[in-house]
Amino acid sequence: MSELSHEPLLKEFPDAHWDEAACAVIAPEGEARVMAEWLLEQGVDYCSNVTGVDYLESEVKEKITNDAGEEETVTRTEPGRIDVVYHLYSMKNQTGPLVIKQRTGRENSQAESLTPVWRSCELQEREVFDLFGVDFKGHPDQRRILMWDEFEEHPMRKDYTEPFDYEWEPTPHDEILEKHKKGKVIV
Amino acid sequence: MVAPNYELIEQEGLETSLLEVSMGPHHPSTHGVFRMDVKLDGENVVDLKPVFGYLHRNHEKLAENMSYLANMPFTDRLDYFNSMTNNWAYALAAEQLVEIEVPERAEYLRVIMAELTRLVNHVSLVGFFVNDLGALGTPLLYAFREREKILDLFEQASGARMMCNYFRFGGLRCDVPEGWLAQAREVVDQFPRFLDEYEKLLCENEIILSRTQGIGKLSRELAVSAGITGPMLRASGVAYDLRKVDAYGIYDRFKFRVPYGEEGDCYDRFMVRMLEMRESLQILKQALDNIPEGEIMGKAPRVFKPKPAEVYGRIEGPKGELGFYLIADGTPKPYRYRVRPPSFINLTVLRDMCLGQKIADAVVILGSIDIVLGEVDR
Repeated sequence: MSELSHEPLLKEFPDAHWDEAACAVIAPEGEARVMAEWLLEQGVDYCSNVTGVDYLESEVKEKITNDAGEEETVTRTEPGRIDVVYHLYSMKNQTGPLVIKQRTGRENSQAESLTPVWRSCELQEREVFDLFGVDFKGHPDQRRILMWDEFEEHPMRKDYTEPFDYEWEPTPHDEILEKHKKGKVIV
Repeated sequence: MVAPNYELIEQEGLETSLLEVSMGPHHPSTHGVFRMDVKLDGENVVDLKPVFGYLHRNHEKLAENMSYLANMPFTDRLDYFNSMTNNWAYALAAEQLVEIEVPERAEYLRVIMAELTRLVNHVSLVGFFVNDLGALGTPLLYAFREREKILDLFEQASGARMMCNYFRFGGLRCDVPEGWLAQAREVVDQFPRFLDEYEKLLCENEIILSRTQGIGKLSRELAVSAGITGPMLRASGVAYDLRKVDAYGIYDRFKFRVPYGEEGDCYDRFMVRMLEMRESLQILKQALDNIPEGEIMGKAPRVFKPKPAEVYGRIEGPKGELGFYLIADGTPKPYRYRVRPPSFINLTVLRDMCLGQKIADAVVILGSIDIVLGEVDR
């Protein structure tokens, strides 16, 4: 299969940038939907895979040259983020893949839904919402999909710890019911 | 939410209302624990919502907490009918992370195993599909009789009938035992006779024709947009087969055709699978003719510790495009591990196909999608 070049995409959207290490185009904030529509016009008709990747806040060591012309190592804090990754192909031209990513913070994570452009995102974006807690704007039917509706956290996040009474179910009467209504975890 | 262009019948002195039925999770036609919330007007489906997740075990999180190779047996449990192809997709993705050359014999054996798996999957799918149509037992047991012969082959090669865990990064776990290839050839030679019988029994059967033709139509445009893959996409008229498009492994060396349908209805989906089995047999014959002697394991590192990179490996599984997305961060564990499950994504269009059909046809349509809940729920 021949490659799907990212150059025209970068030319059309100068704010987008190419991440060499990940071989992916990082969509600028708020432009992902427009970008997707443009790609669809160019014949990229098949969105194969949608997923999230969680990065915790981390300390990165970097070598820089300071004003005096000496090399020194600086530690800087990289803020945590969540990437929503899309693997795109063209069935018509039999080319691919092209990877685009939407970046969002770990608090109040929001991304643009590409379901109106490619239907295949529908269930997969619901899955990202469920497991990573990314809110997709413009998704037609955003609900939990794999976890049950009452579940509160997002298990695919790196800092998720599972409760030890995981499989416990409350018996619905008396004081237990009262506590359960208040949402207290009973051990 | 009620389907577009839908009107309730209103008549004086007659009260009508929609009936909500929760089909499943223990309904026998759902092939596992899967539920459809159906709204019915009489027998017509007005709205449908698939509900699943009952088997969810967060497979991806499990994989992120163990080494690359330790996860290989877990991929067997995704689509438990086709453990060999699951293994292959995972090995293919991981082999992109470190450059390993797979020896010739291993490549041939991989193709043989994958095509035998495709036979197992399609033959039992057709059996289950006819089972859903009401032909209880007989065709399914014919299919299982043939499946048993192939499972015996798997057992001799890998030690397990279904959870094979046979592939390794850079090759295979062990070579096939002596006489295995001759036995495989016998199975392959016998198979067309069974297929002839099966086709004669099913393909022009009056009941099957009337129950499947024109039912659950899926248009070409919607199929592409919704990311449908595998036999279901090809039934809608798109001849997109990753064995041809990507030519992963050594598929470019074999001569085979890609069957595709025109209507995109249940009958086409059924027929595409029947025809695909014949092509699989062609590949198997060529592979068994040309398989060389030699090593079955390439020079893989003892400790699998790839450099930071992101890869996406995909193969044409029996149910569709099975992909693995791996992010390595320089440790022996994957930083991110994602499965692109074909039957999960093929469920996207279940509602579109079922609207306006009869409730009994919803069962047939679901059967024609070919889902396995171990993979849908992960």
